[in-house]
Amino acid sequence: MAVAFDEMNIPGGDLRPAYQELARWLKETPSEALEYRRQEAELLFRRIGITFAVYGDAEATERLIPFDVIPRIMSGKEWALLEKGLKQRVRALNMFLRDIYHGREVLRAEIVPDDLIFQNPVFRPEMNGQQVPHDVYVHIAGIDIVRVDANDFIVLEDNARTPSGVSYMLENREIMMRLFPDLFARHRVAPVERYPDELLAALRSVAPLSASSEPTVALLTPGVYNSAYYEHSFLADKLGIELVEGRDLIVKNNEVFMRTTEGLKRVDVIYRRVDDDFLDPLTFRPDSVLGVPGLMSAYAAGNITLANAVGTGIADDKAIYSYMPDIVKFYLGEEPILKNVPTWRCREPKDLAYVLDNLGELVVKEVHGSGGYGMLIGPAATKATIEAFREKLKREPEGFIAQPTLALSTCPTCTASGLAPRHVDLRPFVLTGSKRTTVVPGGLTRVALKEGSLVVNSSQGGGTKDTWILDE
Amino acid sequence: MLSRTAENLYWLARYVERAEYLARTIDATLRVTALPAAYVGKTNEWDSALLTAGVAASFYQQYEEANENNVVDYLSFSANNPSSIRNCIEAARLNSRSVRTALTSEMWDTINSAWIELQEVWSKGTSTREDLAKFLRFVQETSLRFDGSAYRTMLRNDAYWFSRLGLHLERADNTARILDVKYHVLLPEEEHVGGPLDFYQWSSILRSVSALTAYHWVYRETLKPWLVADLLILNGTLPRSLASCYDNLVRNLDQIGVAYGRQGPAQRHARGIRNRLEHSNMTDIFQHGVHEFIQEFIADNSRLGEIITKQYLI
Repeated sequence: MAVAFDEMNIPGGDLRPAYQELARWLKETPSEALEYRRQEAELLFRRIGITFAVYGDAEATERLIPFDVIPRIMSGKEWALLEKGLKQRVRALNMFLRDIYHGREVLRAEIVPDDLIFQNPVFRPEMNGQQVPHDVYVHIAGIDIVRVDANDFIVLEDNARTPSGVSYMLENREIMMRLFPDLFARHRVAPVERYPDELLAALRSVAPLSASSEPTVALLTPGVYNSAYYEHSFLADKLGIELVEGRDLIVKNNEVFMRTTEGLKRVDVIYRRVDDDFLDPLTFRPDSVLGVPGLMSAYAAGNITLANAVGTGIADDKAIYSYMPDIVKFYLGEEPILKNVPTWRCREPKDLAYVLDNLGELVVKEVHGSGGYGMLIGPAATKATIEAFREKLKREPEGFIAQPTLALSTCPTCTASGLAPRHVDLRPFVLTGSKRTTVVPGGLTRVALKEGSLVVNSSQGGGTKDTWILDE
Repeated sequence: MLSRTAENLYWLARYVERAEYLARTIDATLRVTALPAAYVGKTNEWDSALLTAGVAASFYQQYEEANENNVVDYLSFSANNPSSIRNCIEAARLNSRSVRTALTSEMWDTINSAWIELQEVWSKGTSTREDLAKFLRFVQETSLRFDGSAYRTMLRNDAYWFSRLGLHLERADNTARILDVKYHVLLPEEEHVGGPLDFYQWSSILRSVSALTAYHWVYRETLKPWLVADLLILNGTLPRSLASCYDNLVRNLDQIGVAYGRQGPAQRHARGIRNRLEHSNMTDIFQHGVHEFIQEFIADNSRLGEIITKQYLI
């Protein structure tokens, strides 16, 4: 595995420009002061109750995601390129989704194989030919980006269903500003606090035609036991909209209403943080109590906007991921600005053979997995684990893809033995409304706190950092 | 606002009020039981603490004897008692989480900090009287902070009014229950034979609603049972009296009615109870029977809870 790109230091000892001020500040700041602020930050997170629930963890139903006080810094120029690439990618994702559920040009042109769509459990035949308001499918996208050298940003994963983490982007910044006012005074950091306004504007802009001129937006949550519940309530609060559960909503004459103390009130746009499967027991899983019976018929009647649209999973599926560069070219006629990780599709015999021969060096992922579950990290795995995976792969090759182990870039991070480099990724949030696509400068930087670890997922013990885009 | 949000706010306030009331009950009971036997008589004060909390039956399913340890544990920490202080705070926090958007950050902070302290400091209960005193103070302070931050930080809109409805309904119920358990010491004037035993019973009633000093301000008299009853039932200046709770309930319901442009059965029922309190005096109440009066009140009060739920919360 190659040596990881260090975001702060140029090999040989020089600092990268964006980090110069931080390095100076770190030199002046005694390590006790840093440790003290770290503890204070933890206290603040706890008191505000910024928690994350981990499924299957009996001890702690609510856990804090560790927060690292050393910011991750990017120059304005780097960001400008990234932003352009993100908007391009999300534009293509939206066009792809519209096409898949309508004309299917992309299949006829044989850019993507048919069976990857039609045999995919996240494909929603209910959406065939269905008009979605303003043709927007992915209103909120979280694109996971890694960096491997000074010039390249690589997309690791597109999250086009219900991406989470944006509350951490916003809260991390609040807490940093509270704890490190002096450090901010020395930098010009582009603000992220506009995000809730941008999100609300985007959501209102995609209201259905039958909505009033002041559309009502609500955020649909599975409830307090959901792992991202904190984020749901945080966003509803910042947006000034109702946080509803399925039982608060009722469908009448193909319109959606919420039960209020003054009677029923019509809802026009639902920012839903409930997965497709649980949205409407009449259409999807009949045993689900999280959803709203009849929601899909109101959707079909064009009386409600769901953000993100139903069926967007087909665009962020790992099986589709490897085709994204071609998808971008196909719809936009442009070269993709952001690269993909080279990906072997185990469904293709040639690729499978290569993967089986090189398991020890590869990362193997389940096509439908998420959150860092069910993956193999070859270089870090025991022989037994590798062999077990080999059997799985042979049994069900179409369920997996493989990628080279990337040397994710590192950032200085507070550890028990002082500052040390730790691997990071970045999830910026891309918003699409009826007229425009926006990205607030920054995103959620996730950091693998264990030395050498490449797994940044919060469900696997990863932490987060504030992400600074310098305004130059 | 969402019906579910209103319901959560209403119950949140009830739970916090109930936790405080339980802490006061334990506190008052401890004082009485610390007196020499001659002042206390043969009644088991821990039994009457269970009765006022309305949990005597379920207590005896799990314990043999109502002594200090058992009762304190059951009222404060027991996971098996749905309305123990611990469960009240747990429930308050769960409700708070599901209506965070309707709470001010100060209110959330109060409940969340209390919940954290409960787990970190009080997870094993208390082992000494000093510990217990600290715990009871912690509970009362939580309630004061909660109430204070609601009063100081919430917008005066339906969210505030629904939370106040919960508080006053619960408070009225609590005061009525104390009176109901102790009515036997509040005998009509002519039958009263004053003695130290009764004196401490009366003062413990007043203490459990934090009204001992208030009594002296209002009546400038030694403790007399009919005046204690008068204060707790009819005196609108005492925040925990039935009259005061109903002044507030009527006002909050009217505010909701005006905001929504519609009155309903809840407004009418609350006004009915308040009018009855307004037109009562202690002589009539004693003639009618204190016990009967209180029983009717408790039933009317819980009926108001049902009506509010039906009209707004589901």
